[in-house]
Amino acid sequence: MAENPQRPQRARPLSPHLTIYRWPVAMATSITHRATGIALSAGTVLLAWWLVAAASGPEAYAAFAAAADSIPGRIVLFGLVWSLAYHLLSGIRHLAWDLGYGFELRTAEAMSWAIILGSVALAAAVFALALAGQGGFNA
Amino acid sequence: MSMETPLHRVQGLGPAHAGVKHFWRERVTAAALVPLSIWFAWAVLGLVGANEPQVLTFLARSSFGVPLNAILLGAFIVIMVYHMALGLQVVIEDYVHGEGAKIFLLLATRAFGVAIVAVCVYALLSIARAV
Repeated sequence: MAENPQRPQRARPLSPHLTIYRWPVAMATSITHRATGIALSAGTVLLAWWLVAAASGPEAYAAFAAAADSIPGRIVLFGLVWSLAYHLLSGIRHLAWDLGYGFELRTAEAMSWAIILGSVALAAAVFALALAGQGGFNA
Repeated sequence: MSMETPLHRVQGLGPAHAGVKHFWRERVTAAALVPLSIWFAWAVLGLVGANEPQVLTFLARSSFGVPLNAILLGAFIVIMVYHMALGLQVVIEDYVHGEGAKIFLLLATRAFGVAIVAVCVYALLSIARAV
């Protein structure tokens, strides 16, 4: 087929038009599910560090504990706690979707907001418990 | 007229060269991780502020005649890392279009997952041996 002489020269935007569309909340929750999954993947390094420190003796464990209790450590840990809370709640919804439930627009939007607010509340509650109680197994 | 070979059609795998195995494994590990990750969060929350002997005591604690906490942690790590590899695979296949870069990243994420499991299981075993 010959080139269309009327064809505009400027590049047309390609779908999905992430910078043009108004973001529906379900789109945000879907992308956040992936982002939290990637964040949790990186967090497995800290899980390995924790176990290796515990296996390596009191000094190695004290170094891990000090890093975890520092301000940057707390910020990273809060990020991971929220990521796990979010990925858990959103993952349960994905399993419900796979079974065919929750596709109605109103339900899907309500559940999206419940996941966003619920994950923040859950992470804040877990972190408040951690800061206040300093753990329950070593009283 | 279809360009598809009869073998390709009967395999029913389409251009991805794979069937629903990946989808199912992702879902089954996800379902297993719902209770396991809640247990993991409870365990870690209880260990906030603990020192090394307290962590070892928790991991070696015997329930029903077995070190249940160590077993659950091992199960959580293995299933979680497998779920991680499946999930990262989808992200890479969706966003990385160069064949070389895609294969490199798929192998790298699998190597990462194997390394995490190897290190964690080694640590768990040496804790179990020492206690």
